[in-house]
Amino acid sequence: MAEYKLSHLQELEAESIHIIREVAAEFENPVMLYSIGKDSSVMVRLAEKAFAPGKVPFPLMHIDSKWKFREMIEFRDSYAKEHGWNLIVESNMEAFNAGVGPFTHGSKVHTDLMKTKALLDALNKYKFDAAFGGARRDEEKSRAKERIFSFRDKFNQWDPKNQRPELWDIYNSRVHKGESIRVFPLSNWTELDIWQYIRLENIPIVPLYFAKERPCVEIDGNIIMADDDRLPKELVPKIHNRMVRFRTLGCWPLTGAVESTASTIEEIVEEMMTTTKSERTTRVIDFDQEASMEQKKREGYF
Amino acid sequence: MKDINLDIKAYLDADEKKDLLRLLTAGSVDDGKSTLIGRLLFDSKKLYEDQLQALERDSKRVGNAGSGQIDYALLLDGLKAEREEGITIDVAYRYFSTNARKFIIADTPGHEQYTRNMITGGSTANLAIILVDARTGVITQTRRHTFLVSLLGIKHVVLAVNKMDLVDFSRDVFDKISHEYLSLTDQLNIDDVTCIPLSALEGDNVVEKSDRTPWYHGTSLLQYLETVPIDKDRNMHDFRFPVQYVLRPNLDFRGFCGKVASGTIRKGDEIVALPSMKRSHVKSIVTYEGELDCAFCPQSVTITLEDEIDISRGEMIVRPDNMPHIGRRFETMLVWMDEEPMDRNKQFFLKHNTNTTRATIDSILYKVDVNTMERLEGTDFQLNEIGCVHFTTAKTLFFDPYHDNKATGAFILIDPITNNTSAVGMILTPLEHEDAAQEDIPTIDLGKLGIGEEHYDAIEKAVRSLSAQGLEIKIIR
Repeated sequence: MAEYKLSHLQELEAESIHIIREVAAEFENPVMLYSIGKDSSVMVRLAEKAFAPGKVPFPLMHIDSKWKFREMIEFRDSYAKEHGWNLIVESNMEAFNAGVGPFTHGSKVHTDLMKTKALLDALNKYKFDAAFGGARRDEEKSRAKERIFSFRDKFNQWDPKNQRPELWDIYNSRVHKGESIRVFPLSNWTELDIWQYIRLENIPIVPLYFAKERPCVEIDGNIIMADDDRLPKELVPKIHNRMVRFRTLGCWPLTGAVESTASTIEEIVEEMMTTTKSERTTRVIDFDQEASMEQKKREGYF
Repeated sequence: MKDINLDIKAYLDADEKKDLLRLLTAGSVDDGKSTLIGRLLFDSKKLYEDQLQALERDSKRVGNAGSGQIDYALLLDGLKAEREEGITIDVAYRYFSTNARKFIIADTPGHEQYTRNMITGGSTANLAIILVDARTGVITQTRRHTFLVSLLGIKHVVLAVNKMDLVDFSRDVFDKISHEYLSLTDQLNIDDVTCIPLSALEGDNVVEKSDRTPWYHGTSLLQYLETVPIDKDRNMHDFRFPVQYVLRPNLDFRGFCGKVASGTIRKGDEIVALPSMKRSHVKSIVTYEGELDCAFCPQSVTITLEDEIDISRGEMIVRPDNMPHIGRRFETMLVWMDEEPMDRNKQFFLKHNTNTTRATIDSILYKVDVNTMERLEGTDFQLNEIGCVHFTTAKTLFFDPYHDNKATGAFILIDPITNNTSAVGMILTPLEHEDAAQEDIPTIDLGKLGIGEEHYDAIEKAVRSLSAQGLEIKIIR
């Protein structure tokens, strides 16, 4: 009966595809949030798989904080074009035009306005009733207890004390007008599963994940890559080329690089297994407040 | 560098083939549950580093001083902090892997809403670890946990007799507890029960077999978790394919997407669509990678048929010689999960597979005291109460008893006003229809109306939003 056996990745894939189809079938206006990161890349491939040979019946939406790495934006546009995705890009232009950015306003204000508010405004603008996100439960403590179908009230808030019971593979998708569900099809994947899947399926990812000599400065102990000319002038003389890569991707001034020579997926996995730092420690935003991620999730950020 | 690379590739190649075991841990912090989980998470990490010796060397060079001495209490502390903040964690998921398997642990701390938490965490579990303190043995809580495990149909149970160090690793103590526990599981029809004496704190029989229990001839807990066979746990006999989504990318392709709920199907096999009873043969099994000859539970696939048969979401594809029960009345176990008590006069939404319908509770046969397993009389259900009830649904369901087929025997009950998941059910048996007349569901045949095909999607969407308000209309394309 060996032929009727699935590996853990095949089982996770089947579970994720089932979740994605369930959303397409039960919601009127779903959207897939796309961060351009490695988890998003896997989620997007799973959506393509779920509806092959047809087209994915919902759009992809990227919330552009206007401070993303340039390579991310290039990757996003070429991937969406090649794979025929309907791509929506939304930004908080009001705040951007007012000059909001991480160097001038700090990470908290920048993230609140350019990420959280931009996301909430976009969700309201299109009246999406379900939004897929690529979060995993092994990533962070507050996510470990979140449902796959995670209810959000009219103000997009998550209430960890009042989650709907979720059993078997039967998902409760009922919401009143204005309420919505955040859906996490990768809930049960681990970081290693994601890398393994990218490796096996040849899923394209942003080259920033692989080590390369890049122009960097050190800010508050984080290695920050000088991605464009908005780096404060006093830091420019401090730029040095360093062999680095990124474990997560976000706004370039808020995403620390790690020194590394890993230029293949195998080398990345090797590095991952010998380091004790968890994935999100290179994210500046997680540390700007106590119990940061949970707070952000309650406010509507993923 | 090259050597390590080779090892990593070998590691990844081996990792790719691992299967997945989902497990539930039941017991309180006092039983040493967090210490046990901490040890499994940590010691299993050490395991793969052992295997990759080159890697281990490397990790020492990098100098992660903490890795040798992870404090198991760290996990505990995380939970403690959250308790102090007043945040209820009903179930938290944790992940680890060894050379043999990947594991997902559903960890359900807290005493208060134990039934709801355990039911939520255990619904997908292959295996449950029930912890007892060797000093106290089988207590009321143990009976409750074990009853819930049997209700959920979890196939494998480990009784972890913890804190053996505090009873001098006494064989008599262990034998007495095991004996008492096995008579309980006998009563509850749990087939596969394994009792292991251990000390989570000191590591005895957790990862490695301990020399302090020479009289124990079984495996360590981790060895057991790595080797317990789980591929026969799934129902591979009764093919059930609840249609989840209909894919029509062009006029020549009509594919029925879904997850194989149970059983297997091959290209060319004869099938019958429920409830239309129309027959056809499987023309192809389509995936992104290409066509398959065979699909089996729990794969997500797309099936096309030789004949043009209309099948919508919520309907089911099965084999003509192996049918589920088809009906609107059944007897079921029900677990109440809502803070709001049951209102017998309410019409609930019942979601079963991909099928959602209105449902009413006809009668409550009995309630079960989860501590003593005695049957009690009852007129309604409060949070965490369990009992046996009769249901009638508006639409026809295609179901099997939960005991035979979890995937087609389970359902959730949704409150039509709050939209909360109020209860969950495990179907016991079909019931005769009181009136044979099937409730008429209005049907719109789009083909007969002469509407252009380009409008079908919009119409279907509009009708779907009506069904969200409880108005069932069937669309034929």
